[in-house]
Amino acid sequence: MRTLNSKPFLFATNLFLASSFLMIGSSAQAASATMDKIKSSGAVTMGVRESSIPMSYTTGDSRFDGYHVEICRMILGDIKDKLGMSTLRINYQPVTSQNRVPLVQNGTVDIECGTTTNNTARAKDVGFANTLYVEEVRIAVKANSGITSISQLAGKKVATTTGTTSVQLLRKHEKANGVNFDEVFGKDHADSFLLLESGRADAFVMDGSILAGNIANSKNPKDYKIVGEVLATEPIAIMVPKNDPEFKAAVNAAIAKIVANGKMPGLWNKWFLAPIPPKNIVVGLELSPATKYAWANLNDKPAEDYNKK
Amino acid sequence: MALDLGVFCKSTLDGEVVEHCFSSIFWLGQNADPSYLDWLMKAWGWTLAVAGLGLAIALIVGAIMGTLRTLPDTGRTSRLLVRLSTAWVELFRNIPVLVQVFLWYHVIPAFFLPLKALPSYWLVSIALGFFTSARIAEQVRAGIQSLPSGQRAAATALGLTTSQTYRYIILPMALRIVIPPLTSESMNAIKNSSVAFAVSVPELTLFAMQAQEETSHGVEIYLAVTALYALSAFSVNRVMALIEKRSRIPGFITASNDASLAH
Repeated sequence: MRTLNSKPFLFATNLFLASSFLMIGSSAQAASATMDKIKSSGAVTMGVRESSIPMSYTTGDSRFDGYHVEICRMILGDIKDKLGMSTLRINYQPVTSQNRVPLVQNGTVDIECGTTTNNTARAKDVGFANTLYVEEVRIAVKANSGITSISQLAGKKVATTTGTTSVQLLRKHEKANGVNFDEVFGKDHADSFLLLESGRADAFVMDGSILAGNIANSKNPKDYKIVGEVLATEPIAIMVPKNDPEFKAAVNAAIAKIVANGKMPGLWNKWFLAPIPPKNIVVGLELSPATKYAWANLNDKPAEDYNKK
Repeated sequence: MALDLGVFCKSTLDGEVVEHCFSSIFWLGQNADPSYLDWLMKAWGWTLAVAGLGLAIALIVGAIMGTLRTLPDTGRTSRLLVRLSTAWVELFRNIPVLVQVFLWYHVIPAFFLPLKALPSYWLVSIALGFFTSARIAEQVRAGIQSLPSGQRAAATALGLTTSQTYRYIILPMALRIVIPPLTSESMNAIKNSSVAFAVSVPELTLFAMQAQEETSHGVEIYLAVTALYALSAFSVNRVMALIEKRSRIPGFITASNDASLAH
C-alpha cells in the first residue's frame, strides 16, 4: 500500500514543481508583470481613499471619485488602448495610510490613486508616477483669532493628525526656532478639525487640501481661514509597483499625454474650485505655483528634493 | 524579514543615529535631539500614568459601589444607596470604553465648562477608571455575597453597626477573596489605556501609529510596543500575586492555600 500510494504523490509533486518553474519562467520573460496581469484578467485594481476630499474619496454606494481618481481612470484608459483591449474593468480597493504601501508591494493594488507623499523612505518599497499635485502644509485657524503666522503659535495649542508627516514637521519647527507648541493629536483629520472647532486647539496644521476640504465641509466655513507661510512642500503622487519600470513608463506616458492635451487646468477647476459631489461643496483651493511648475516640468522627485533650501 | 532595531537609536528630528542611544534611558547621557527610544520610554510613562490613575480611581470607586450594592435593607437610605450603586454599575459597564472616553473628552466638557481646563489624560483616566469601577464593583459584590450569611449574623449579634460589620468582618474577608479577579481587572486597565490615543494622550499606541509612519519600520515599532504592554501587564500580575501571598491568612480562606498553583 505504501509504495503504491507514494507514486502518484511523487508524480503530483513533480507536476507541481514543474508548473511552478514554468510560472517563474514566464513572469521573468514578461515585459511588465502588471500589464500582463491586466491583459490576461481584463481587470485592474485601483487603490483609493475613503475620505481624502477632493483627491480621492467615496461618493457613496462604493463609487469613488476625485482629482487623482479621475486622472487614474484616464491613465488606465490609455493603457487599455495600448494593450489593444476592448474593455477594462476597474476594481476599486479602499486603502488607508497604514496599508497602502504593503498593498501595492504585494500586488493587491496595481495603481494607488490617493494622497501618498512621494518620499525616499517609501520609494524603497514602491514606485511613484510623475507628480501632478504638490501639497503645501498650511495652518488653519478660526477667522476671528487674529493669528496670521506660525510665529504667533508659540505656547498655543496646535492640532495635527496622528500618523501624518505634519507631526514631525511641527517638531522640527519647534527645534529650529526654539519655540514650543502645545500639541494635540486628532486620531483622524475630522477629529483634528473638531479640536479646532471646539476650541481645544488654536490652530490645525495639515496639508492645504485637507484643511480646505474640512473647512468646506464644516457648519460655517466662513468661521475658519487658512493663514501663514507654507510650512512644507510635498509632492503627492500616484503609486505603482516598484519593480515594473514598463508599467511606470506607460503611466508616465499617459500623464504626459493628459498634460500635453491641456486637460490639467480644467481638472483643477473641476475638483478644487467648482462644487463637487456628493454634497456639492466647493473646496476653494487656488492652483499653487508649485503645482503649476510640476505640470510644466513633469518629474518624480521625492519630497526631500523639494525641501532642500 | 530582517528586523532593524537600529531604528530606535535614530533621532526623531533628522533620522540620524544619536550619540547616547541606550545610556540616555538610564539618565547617563543626554541626547541633543530625542531618539525614538527616548520617545518610546516617554510614551510608556504616559501609558503607565493613565493606567495607574485610572486603576486608582477604579479600585476606590469600585470597592465603594460594590459594597453599597450589598447593603442590607434597613431603611430608605440604604435602599436608595443600593439603587444608586446598581445604576452606576449598569451605566458604566453597558457603554463601550472608547465611547466613554469620547463622552468625557468631547461631550461632557461642553456642558460642564470647568472640565475643559482639565488635561486630557485626567479625562481619559476618569473614563477608564469609571468603566473599570463598574466591573470591580461586581467582583467585590460577588466576594461579599460568597461569604456565609452567618458572618453578618454573628456581627449583628455582637452589636456591631452596619459600617463596623463591613469594616471589621465582611470586607477583610471579601477583598481577599476577590484578589484574583482584581488582578485581571488591573491588567485590563493597562491594556485598555490604549484608547487614550484617541484623545491626544501621547501614550504607546499613539507612539506606534506615529513612529511607524515616520520610520516605515512598523514591525519593529509594534513589536517593541507589544513587549512593553506585555511587560507592564505582567508586572501588575506579579505585584498582585505578591499582595495575594502577603495578605493571606492561613486557615481563613481554604482555596487560597493553593493559590501558588494557579499561576
